[in-house]
Amino acid sequence: MSAEAFIALELHSVVFLVIVGFIGGLVSGFIGSGGAFVLTPGMMSLGVPGVVAVASNLCHKFPKALVGAHKRHQYGQVDLKLGLWMAASASPGMWWGAGIQQDVRRLYGEAGSNLYVSLAFVIVLTIVGLFVLRDAVRVYRRGVSEQTSRLASWVQSVEIPGTMIRFRVAKLRVSVLFVLPLGFATGLLASTIAVGGFIGVPGMMYLLGASSLVASATELVIAFVIGLGGTLKFALGGLVDVRLAMLILLGSLFGVQLGAIGTTFVKPFMIKVVMATVMLIVALSRALVVPVHLEQLGVMSLERGTITLLERISFGFMVLALACGALIIVAAMLRSYRHA
Amino acid sequence: MTARAKPWLPMLVSGAASALCYVTLFAHEREVMAAFTRTDGWYPALPVLSAFLFSFVHGAFTGYFWEVVGVVARRPARDVESQELEE
Repeated sequence: MSAEAFIALELHSVVFLVIVGFIGGLVSGFIGSGGAFVLTPGMMSLGVPGVVAVASNLCHKFPKALVGAHKRHQYGQVDLKLGLWMAASASPGMWWGAGIQQDVRRLYGEAGSNLYVSLAFVIVLTIVGLFVLRDAVRVYRRGVSEQTSRLASWVQSVEIPGTMIRFRVAKLRVSVLFVLPLGFATGLLASTIAVGGFIGVPGMMYLLGASSLVASATELVIAFVIGLGGTLKFALGGLVDVRLAMLILLGSLFGVQLGAIGTTFVKPFMIKVVMATVMLIVALSRALVVPVHLEQLGVMSLERGTITLLERISFGFMVLALACGALIIVAAMLRSYRHA
Repeated sequence: MTARAKPWLPMLVSGAASALCYVTLFAHEREVMAAFTRTDGWYPALPVLSAFLFSFVHGAFTGYFWEVVGVVARRPARDVESQELEE
């Protein structure tokens, strides 16, 4: 792609990228992921080609994750070893996911590919989001501490000689044969909906038994590795718009540090509350555009005005998801600050 | 416990360095975009190296910024896990 093919930046675009970068960074610093689902369509709405939007998003993702991971490492929340093991299998997961995407696009066209992505959003985020929400409500109502799930207790009890690894910060000793598939699933989801953390963080909490603080912090290590690899891949094709990436980074580094600091202010279950809220609103947002994709596939018919309306409402819900996440974090921090 | 002095000087220095990075990027926008989108040789490494540079410089600035503003971590590092266990 030639340099002339990249968009000319105007003031409103700059302000938009910095603000969304800040809010996305805030949520990422707190729950380990987030922001990508708004930034990519947001950049596309500014006229950025889809592939450049994805590439530029990735180019801001890995430095943001690096800064967030460093900050949370200072608070003793990052299990680097767990993050690197997860990241090692996330990379093949991403390749496999990208292959599935290409097959779907070849067989069913662009509309089929969009439908596949939206359904993945809706199914995964609804199931996992409801599960995380139920757990957060249970912890809040009963006032109990985070407890290891029955599944995680079983996983920790399984002894497979030669595969057992101790993760010191996460206070876990589990077989790598459970860690690697989880990392693979994280990569697979990352290549499908751009936010692997929606599987990675709940997986580390409910499958391995890590606390929400450690899981969300460790996810930043995975995001760094995935983001770095993805950026290199797109940079080899000359597709990264470094201006867009650095503008997002301008806001997101303020946000990611604030989000990381926020984890030391609030009770750990708030991470689950924010994660569940964001996931469920995003699922709703993507559910709204499923009829649009079905119309594009010729399965049903919709008027042009209805399609535009559904797409706008869907994007509005995406922004709402991020804004809700950010508001809950800031409100929880302020409440905690006043009670101190 | 004594209150720590706010890192005004590091914030101003890193802030100036961060501003310099951004001014350089946008003052030479055309040249930067022409070089950073080349696919031959080591040119594809430029966006990645820039991202690292900006994350160190601007990351340092934002860290000092929140410290100067007074938004700092509540619990020391090792207390985070123990508090969670207590809760």
